[in-house]
Amino acid sequence: MDNLISGFAILAQWQVVVALVIGSVGGVIIGALPGVGAAVAIAILLPATFAFEPIVGLTLLLGIYGSSMYGGAIPAILINTPGTAVNALTTYDGYPMTKRGEGHRALSLAYSASFFGGIFSILCLIILSPVLAWVAPHFGSREIFLAALMGILLVILAHRGQTFSAAMLAFFGIFLSTVGLEPVKYTKRFTFDQTWLSSGVDLIVVVLGLFAISQALLLLVDKEHAPGETHVRGSIFAGLKELLGLKRIATVSSSLGVLMGMVPGTGEFTSQFLSYTYAQKTSEDPDKFGDGSPEGLVASEAANNAVPGAAMIPLLALGIPGEALTAMMLSVFYVHNVIPGPQLFADQMDFVMALYMSLILLNVIVLVFLLFSTNLLLKIIQIPTRFLGIMILTLSFVGVFSLRNSVTDCAIAAGFGVFGLILKRLNLPIVPIILGMVLSGIMEVKLRSAMARVKTPLDFIDRPIAAILFIMILGIILLHVRSLIQEHKERIKPQPVLDEDSTQQG
Amino acid sequence: MIAKTLQDMFRRYRRPGDIVFAFIFFSFSLFLLSQLGTETQTVKRTKWFAQPALWPKIAIWGMVVFSGLHLLSSFLSPRIPGRLREVTFWLMSLEYVVYFLIYVTAVPWFGYLPSTMLFAALLTIRLGFRLPGAFCAALIFGAVVAIVFRALLQVNIPAGRIYELLPDGLRAFALTYL
Repeated sequence: MDNLISGFAILAQWQVVVALVIGSVGGVIIGALPGVGAAVAIAILLPATFAFEPIVGLTLLLGIYGSSMYGGAIPAILINTPGTAVNALTTYDGYPMTKRGEGHRALSLAYSASFFGGIFSILCLIILSPVLAWVAPHFGSREIFLAALMGILLVILAHRGQTFSAAMLAFFGIFLSTVGLEPVKYTKRFTFDQTWLSSGVDLIVVVLGLFAISQALLLLVDKEHAPGETHVRGSIFAGLKELLGLKRIATVSSSLGVLMGMVPGTGEFTSQFLSYTYAQKTSEDPDKFGDGSPEGLVASEAANNAVPGAAMIPLLALGIPGEALTAMMLSVFYVHNVIPGPQLFADQMDFVMALYMSLILLNVIVLVFLLFSTNLLLKIIQIPTRFLGIMILTLSFVGVFSLRNSVTDCAIAAGFGVFGLILKRLNLPIVPIILGMVLSGIMEVKLRSAMARVKTPLDFIDRPIAAILFIMILGIILLHVRSLIQEHKERIKPQPVLDEDSTQQG
Repeated sequence: MIAKTLQDMFRRYRRPGDIVFAFIFFSFSLFLLSQLGTETQTVKRTKWFAQPALWPKIAIWGMVVFSGLHLLSSFLSPRIPGRLREVTFWLMSLEYVVYFLIYVTAVPWFGYLPSTMLFAALLTIRLGFRLPGAFCAALIFGAVVAIVFRALLQVNIPAGRIYELLPDGLRAFALTYL
């Protein structure tokens, strides 16, 4: 209870309130703009938040993270163009509803399902917090090493059909984190006697290049994609009550979102896939899925909005980011010398509570904002995509240059921008690079400290949590091998060729 | 029917140019492998887990093995037409990288506000926006970005050297806020 009151006190600071409102509303707008997305906005704003208090910076970034998917549903439903990649499934049932003249109903269902998912995940976290505070201190070096290893493994295997490329990019991320002067023995690693490589490759420079500059270049070089003009007719409140009739789907989908959000490397797509499949299998009208099913829409939106809150668990409790956006947030903690991990959960529960309450508030702010301003947002998303490219490239400069006023950093970021553009064009994943960079740093340190007390290999897993994690890693590998064998037996069909020219929404 | 389409939605498609990228990445991995001995050191009286070369070794061998497999799978897959067009698309992005780097170099000389306004406005012309509205929008956008980040948020961007030439009262203001 004391933690709750202290959390309120932290949240009551005016700077936090302003950050929350700007983050929430800004996140919705950014999410609604096809071709921008939360990752681009967070990458750009990240260095600017270093000047703020940790709670202010994190609230701003969390606001963008948590609200962008709300905004992304609007163009997904009304113009069949997902605002963010995770809203792709929403187009599946949302747009057919719009074509039937039920756009307002689809939007209000999406808003209410998103709100349900968001609030559900935060409530789960608040209830789970005492358990996490108890469990987190039992995570020593070897447990954190194994959890990070599991994160890398999952992020590779989650890219089904692209395991090789995801693995090579994850190892590339690991390589990037090793470049520079190594801090224990003070030896140089892959610096090629260049002074600009001695300090290593900065995570934020890579993030800005891969997410923001690459997206700007993609928008600038690609042909114009102007979203069609549209307008919502009818009451946007109509579908709010309808969610009550779909509470089973919403609850299960949100639960899956929470579960997948907690597991590093999985996230929105897996939770959406599982919840959509569940909703379809248990529906009385499964044939309607993909043709404007309210159940499908609710499953998709509730699942993806339950993830951001849950993704904070491994980040706060263990210091392990589950995906790229939480990896970016981890750097905000490090800059302020607040080290997420067992100690944070045990000693600064008020800080954690303040974060959770800010997540609840942002969901409320976003819902209210959306109910009254959807038509205004539809005007904003008419910005030509090439002009958006100019905006992102201009803003990317602030992000990179403000770090240490280095032209070299900007050149490296631009290089990663071109690299990111190629990856996006080829439909290759970017997230494994970021997670490889972040998690390998953690793994190197933790392995070194864990092995100091290990005499035989079995000693490494002689504690219960380490043993469980090790069994889980083995289980994940075995399950993957089994599914590969099954797939191989079932079919070898030629892959269809995608004739789409643009990858802007990818 | 639906399940099939749903699977399609989560499938990632191979695109033209995949083999070019796979070849370049594999070559880069091999180059790094060839440098492993000279660019990392093995420290005496240090156990394997604390060796500075351990993680670069893991990373580079991982890159070599998996980029090799990726190249092999690209090589064995049916060819998708449009490879040259795709590589041209990648190279076309370099034009904007050059503009960006000119902008980066210009800021410490000409100041954040003028450089940003000019950069945004010139890019609109390059991209073919011919209406005066787009040009004005770019100028306003550049001004707003510079004012918000440098004047309000006090983000760490140096003042332009050209500001030194301004009259006394204006110079102090420009050095601090623009």
